[in-house]
Amino acid sequence: MSGAREQVARLLALVPYIQARREVSLTQAAADFGVPAPQIVKDLNVLWFCGLPGLGMGDLIDVDMDALEGEGVIRVSNADYLSRPLRLDSSEAAALIVALRALREGADADVRPIVDRTLGKLEVAAGDAAALAAQVDVRLPPQTRVNALREELGRAADQRRQVRIDYYVPSRDESTERVVDPLRVVTAGGNTYLDAWCHLAEDQRLFRLDRISSATVLDRPVQEHQGLQPRDLADGIFQPSSDDLTAVLRLSPEARWVSEYYPVESARPARGGGLTVTMKVGDPGWLVRLMLRLGDTAELVEPTEIAEQVRRTAAEALVNYA
Amino acid sequence: MTARKSERLINLLIALLVARTYVSKERLREVVEPYREAGDEAFEKMFERDKEELRSLGIPIEVGYVDRAFEADPGYRIERSAFELPDIDLTPEEAAVIGLAARVWQHAGLAAATSDALVKLKAAGVSVDRAALDVVQPQLTAEEPAFEPFWDATRTRTPVTFDYRTSGGTRTSTRHLQPWGVVSYRGRWYVTGFDTDRDSPRVFRLSRVQGDVRTDGAAGSYEVPAGTDLRAVTQSLAPVPADRTALVRVREGAAHGLRRHARAAEDQQGVDPGWERLEVTFGSSDAFGDEILGYGADVVLEEPAEIRGWVVRRLREAAGERAMQGQRA
Repeated sequence: MSGAREQVARLLALVPYIQARREVSLTQAAADFGVPAPQIVKDLNVLWFCGLPGLGMGDLIDVDMDALEGEGVIRVSNADYLSRPLRLDSSEAAALIVALRALREGADADVRPIVDRTLGKLEVAAGDAAALAAQVDVRLPPQTRVNALREELGRAADQRRQVRIDYYVPSRDESTERVVDPLRVVTAGGNTYLDAWCHLAEDQRLFRLDRISSATVLDRPVQEHQGLQPRDLADGIFQPSSDDLTAVLRLSPEARWVSEYYPVESARPARGGGLTVTMKVGDPGWLVRLMLRLGDTAELVEPTEIAEQVRRTAAEALVNYA
Repeated sequence: MTARKSERLINLLIALLVARTYVSKERLREVVEPYREAGDEAFEKMFERDKEELRSLGIPIEVGYVDRAFEADPGYRIERSAFELPDIDLTPEEAAVIGLAARVWQHAGLAAATSDALVKLKAAGVSVDRAALDVVQPQLTAEEPAFEPFWDATRTRTPVTFDYRTSGGTRTSTRHLQPWGVVSYRGRWYVTGFDTDRDSPRVFRLSRVQGDVRTDGAAGSYEVPAGTDLRAVTQSLAPVPADRTALVRVREGAAHGLRRHARAAEDQQGVDPGWERLEVTFGSSDAFGDEILGYGADVVLEEPAEIRGWVVRRLREAAGERAMQGQRA
């Protein structure tokens, strides 16, 4: 059923598309419409039976089948009444306008006026359909640098070249230089990551692009790693591993945000509007930092040795303020 | 089967588009072959479905009267000016911008909508050569399953109802909303609208919507209030700009994270060997205090005094110097 709907939509664009260009090669049309060439041929075969009411002699749309079969060229005539495409619907207009605005935010000063002019013309052409765009606002993080990195690292992955990066790990508070074999650049949970084999860790790692302070594409090919596959991010970035610690935290109402900020295994209500949560923690240092931030709004029930470490660290820090 | 149906739909469309006036159902039955061949009931059904199918493609089919004298006899037509995309004259650079924009959406539904828009523009004679312009392409993602239903509800002004997980994550409640718009901040999507339970405007984070978003009224049954400013909503989600400065003492070789938004202070007097004083920029006091606490004994906050006081209080609590944890008032 939906096959016919899509075909009609495509034909309503195909007929004016060809008439605006007099003739188009089948391969070009297939590329412009993003469908295989045989699909375009099927579409044209439908058109062959369409025309003015009555479909008498001279009423049918004329598709030059000889040119199509012989030279692979599409020519259509006797279809003056379909010389313009259908208007943009509100979803199409809004999706494109929002995309243009996003492009504008990331663009340099010399490109912005071009984007602005394009937006202006598009809004006029879309008419009422453009109204929805006013109901969508996208604020991109100031990520021009991340964008540049994404392009550069994506290219390195395509060309299978090694990259040297300077990477900041907040949980250990260190910046380290490492050579990686890039697999691909992926976006998940609002952040962009480089999925790569890390020669420092000798393992596959995800690197958040906004934490890469510098990247140099090397003139060396990536190494082969047996069984290395791009990571499946369908279940999110956090993938608990078996050697993670299990932490139990008692959160006061003030600290309940922890349960939604970080992935928790379980949460159950506690006295006084609080919450007791269990979570997997890969890095004990991270847990210490979290507990320091929470002060007495949370209590670390387990592991007790980390609770002790939190107290010790806090006492040491207090000496500095004495 | 598909081909026969496409053919019928196109022929119906052409008949309605070229007509000078409203075309009666009887006339359409005469000129569109499958209608002619169908029995009365089958024709009625087929014709109703075909009309809906064309309308779902955004084709404006108007209903009117063929002859004013016989008002019982409605007819149909497609007004050309409402059907056709107006002229759009783009320079090669502007066309390239459109081509690049068509790749921005990483969401399947909206990526399809932009490609469809691009195809229509190509059909209007626009030639797209992306290489004509060198621009870094941003990417827009929308991973929240609730994104598409809210996008559609916003588009059609349809009230919706959904289950929403409250802050803390233990309880869900059923909410009723007239969506005004969707906004994205830092890769997370939010919907804003009029909450009919709370009787006031509200913002919801789409990642906290549980299960299906159900329609809760007819399309177009409310208006977005004039002057609604979505930018202001996004602004309210944005963090405080980092325009304040603090002085900290930092152990050498530590606090790399802090150094990313700091520089060495001019005055290094009174700093112990193995330490240095930094001038750090920050925005929100809470977030900055948290950051300082995270560095434990490697960082000492000197100024501002009020954040320093708060940090010391927190450290005392964490060190167990005050009342037992969990027994606060």
